[in-house]
Amino acid sequence: MALPAARARGWAAAVKMAQRRRHAEAPRGSPSRAPPGSRAALYVHWPYCEKRCSYCNFNKYIPRGVEEAAMRSCLVTEAQTLLRLSGVQRVESVFFGGGTPSLASPNTVAAVLEAVDQISHLPADSEVTLEANPTSAPGSRLAAFGAAGVNRLSIGLQSLDDTELQLLGRTHSARDALQTLAEARRLFPGRVSVDLMLGLPAQQVGPWLGQLRTLLGCCDDHLSLYQLTLERGTALFTQVQRGALPAPDPELAAEMYQEGRAMLREVGFRQYEVSNFARNGALSTHNWTYWQCGQYLGVGPGAHGRFVPQGAGGHTREARIQTLEPDNWMKEVMLFGHGTRRRVPLGQLELLEEVLAMGLRTDVGITHQHWQQFEPQLSLWDVFGASQEVKALLAQGLLLLDHRGLRCSWEGLAVLDSLLLTLLPRLQEAWQQRTPSPVQGG
Amino acid sequence: MWAPMGRGRWHGCALTVWATAAAHRGILEPRPMPTRGAAAKSRSQDRLYSSADRKEKIDMSRFSVENIRNFSIIAHVDHGKSTLADRLLELTGTIDKTKNNKQVLDKLQVERERGITVKAQTASLFYNYEGKQYLLNLIDTPGHVDFSYEVSRSLSACQGVLLVVDANEGIQAQTVANFFLAFEAQLSVIPVINKIDLKNADPERVEKQIEKVFDIPTDECIKISAKLGTNVERVLQAVIERIPPPKVHRKNPLKALVFDSTFDQYRGVIANVALFDGVVSKGDKIVSAHTKKIYEVNEVGVLNPNEQPTHKLYAGQVGYLIAGMKDVTEAQIGDTLYLHKQPVEPLPGFKSAKPMVFAGMYPIDQSEYNNLKSAVEKLTINDSSVTVHRDSSLALGAGWRLGFLGLLHMEVFNQRLEQEYNASVILTTPTVPYKAVLSSAKLIKEYREKEITIINPAQFPDKSKVTEYLEPVVLGTIITPDEYTGKIMMLCQARRAVQKNMVYIDQNRVMLKYLFPLNEIVVDFYDSLKSLSSGYASFDYEDAGYQTAELVKMDILLNGNLVEELVTIVHKDKAHSVGKAICERLKDSLPRQLFEIAIQAAIGSKIIARETVKAYRKNVLAKCYGGDITRKMKLLKRQAEGKKKLRKIGNIEVPKDAFIKVLRTQPDK
Repeated sequence: MALPAARARGWAAAVKMAQRRRHAEAPRGSPSRAPPGSRAALYVHWPYCEKRCSYCNFNKYIPRGVEEAAMRSCLVTEAQTLLRLSGVQRVESVFFGGGTPSLASPNTVAAVLEAVDQISHLPADSEVTLEANPTSAPGSRLAAFGAAGVNRLSIGLQSLDDTELQLLGRTHSARDALQTLAEARRLFPGRVSVDLMLGLPAQQVGPWLGQLRTLLGCCDDHLSLYQLTLERGTALFTQVQRGALPAPDPELAAEMYQEGRAMLREVGFRQYEVSNFARNGALSTHNWTYWQCGQYLGVGPGAHGRFVPQGAGGHTREARIQTLEPDNWMKEVMLFGHGTRRRVPLGQLELLEEVLAMGLRTDVGITHQHWQQFEPQLSLWDVFGASQEVKALLAQGLLLLDHRGLRCSWEGLAVLDSLLLTLLPRLQEAWQQRTPSPVQGG
Repeated sequence: MWAPMGRGRWHGCALTVWATAAAHRGILEPRPMPTRGAAAKSRSQDRLYSSADRKEKIDMSRFSVENIRNFSIIAHVDHGKSTLADRLLELTGTIDKTKNNKQVLDKLQVERERGITVKAQTASLFYNYEGKQYLLNLIDTPGHVDFSYEVSRSLSACQGVLLVVDANEGIQAQTVANFFLAFEAQLSVIPVINKIDLKNADPERVEKQIEKVFDIPTDECIKISAKLGTNVERVLQAVIERIPPPKVHRKNPLKALVFDSTFDQYRGVIANVALFDGVVSKGDKIVSAHTKKIYEVNEVGVLNPNEQPTHKLYAGQVGYLIAGMKDVTEAQIGDTLYLHKQPVEPLPGFKSAKPMVFAGMYPIDQSEYNNLKSAVEKLTINDSSVTVHRDSSLALGAGWRLGFLGLLHMEVFNQRLEQEYNASVILTTPTVPYKAVLSSAKLIKEYREKEITIINPAQFPDKSKVTEYLEPVVLGTIITPDEYTGKIMMLCQARRAVQKNMVYIDQNRVMLKYLFPLNEIVVDFYDSLKSLSSGYASFDYEDAGYQTAELVKMDILLNGNLVEELVTIVHKDKAHSVGKAICERLKDSLPRQLFEIAIQAAIGSKIIARETVKAYRKNVLAKCYGGDITRKMKLLKRQAEGKKKLRKIGNIEVPKDAFIKVLRTQPDK
């Protein structure tokens, strides 16, 4: 192990040198006004679950026994490596997702957060979210996570109907869920989110709205409503395919979604994203970063990241994926300090496409200022203002383009993927027709 | 490399239009054909050698007219026509008696697979009987109604036929159709009951059927097993004893009937001829009665079944001649050839090929257009009865409107394209040539005739300018076990057919005759008939001219916008059901959009059917976080790319697939 460690040290030193150089060239302003390149969100993936849920196609494993110490050390190492590589000065949010990260020990969470704060700065008020599964998170454990630095919980409640929970392969009951929710609220007041699924096989609108109403009686300030996506390779997909379960009815799902978000609006929730609702300003800053195309680092098996490897002298944002399988990932982290499996540089047009597709998921959409950060030459008006097809969408009341920027209407948000099929080609066209910028590097 | 394949014209000689329903469906599946090219090549080389190197030419003058018999074999599909032909060829030493002689005359892959003979073959057999050498010309006729014109021409070169009937299945629809063709041509009919070796064979019952339906005494039937060779010798003797020699005169000037023609890329057109009068030899100057073009004969000979050159051909004989014709249209079936400056009265009955079924043909991908074009050209070089017109559809791109003699003809053409040229095509639902009798003087002047044929719905003249519309009709024969009669009659009624006759051909078999509008049977009639009779009913039809019909032009509208490629001519009584079916198919294949789509079928301003595709209410990915972005962007871009290829009707995006689903020949329901 001597050689890799020495190599890692040497590489880390080089990164530090580079940082020092850059500091000398461009002194930083105050942390809150830090340039986008120096900030990032951090995602940490805990790949293990107790049991496979019937609808889930995430990268997760049901282990016989987890060598948590090894896992912890690898998560810490990779976080350090990637933070150095990114040259990020300030981590504004951390999200422990999975898998079932509430199965990890609070020590692991603490170790990662400590490492983050050591390498870059993790301000005390940064959002630190943990995804929690009702059965694996009794009150005492939740408190321990709080002590480790977690300040926000996202509870995978999914349903308040035990039959549906069984269908989904969840290990908890509706009662467990409500109990966990109550404990969580006591420990993290104003900082608890719950997930509720809609559009399940055989699910009806009335009873589902009943669940939502019950939930509104006991939830905190954040809610996510997720329509079930039948993913290939899941047990649920196979059952529907075989005809053992009825296929979810898209009409009913659409109705649940419309009625559900109307109900939430009435009680003062802001739909700040397609599936996310908050009141009292309890938006998730971490997720907001994704939709605003901010930088994020992904740590852990199969985690995705998008950042400029400034620490290694890079100037182009890269989409990165870590090695999927936990054992292989750990081996790589131990050998190289990180388990990055794929790095794909994102071109300027690709980045703009993401800015468009992600930004429109939010209620504010893409403001002119936001767009300009990514593309100073070509304004939103330049791209979309003259297009007949876009005008038709505006006239239909699905889309708005005004002095604030480009965004979906209430109706438009529900059919965003259809709108994007007009908007993306339009952007590509405008990009090709723009006055050519000087050839890069020449 | 492409080489000419066997004989070119399409003849469904062992009739089958319709093998089983399964085989029928099967032909739409593309099949690779690895060995085809090589086989074809070696065969064409054989042919070159056979004519160039053979020094000993047969002296045909020794066969006087009294020792010549010209005959055909006719049968329903699978009743054993080709097997019998093989045995006759073996018995006369025309081909070796080896185990490989499986249907020597069936050379095309389609023929072997479907158990049919698409391509006619002719063979001259030399046979000694009671001390005399006979020349027996087996003129293989196409048997299906698609080729009824060709059949009638081939039969006009014969004096008799062998009517082969399966001892187990008995008389079937095509047996009847064939018999009457022979009967009308006043030929001697020798009934041959085949497959007597089969366990369930009941030759006595079949004898009785033949007596009842054809009025032929039971003792005239020859019971054979072509497979085992049982009694086949008796068939040859019957040919000599019961079929008269041709009534012709060697001394008269040449009068030869063209009853088939093929194209050889090295030698040009090879015309198969039957000499009614006179003599023809190399160097003669001949004239086509149809085109009046003059040719010099390069080669004459007999077929055994490959070409074997002879010095001359004499009256009553059958063979081939090569005379520098460059295109099969120069040697049209039914044409009469005579010597230059010795004109004769042409043989009666000549007609140019008349397509009865039309279908659009498009490459699945436009980049395949040129390949498909050359494949179509190569296939039509041998088949002048396929008409080809360039056509283009906004939805399907550039293609052709092809005219065929009938459905079998169309299917076989399509199958050969797929098998021999590996070309995958979109074949649109077949249509028939309607006619309109014009009343508008202006239109009559424009078309320069009062009665016009409408092939493309876009040309359909408005009712106000028309005295009447006409549709082609056919006389259909159905033979079925009587337990299915009720269901079959319902089916025929639903197809606007009028019953003309119904007789029991034995205790439990019924023969029905119906007059059908051709349009009603071109799509799925045969499959329906087969499925409701558990496969036992057989069907055949013959051309029966035109009848007055209340035709209307039906438009298909999407949110009020006309879809040009879906305009259809339809009988008034069928407009609703056809319109509904098209609307439903469109509904199933149109993707949801951001607004509701009304799909309507309309006659003039009257809406007769409607379906609605609801607007998208929700179409957005539920979860889109850090790990989902790459996948989502990829998906969105792929969809956006696909959207560029959609055809827009109004503001509705219609995928090519939707047109294909509506336009293409529908598979079995």
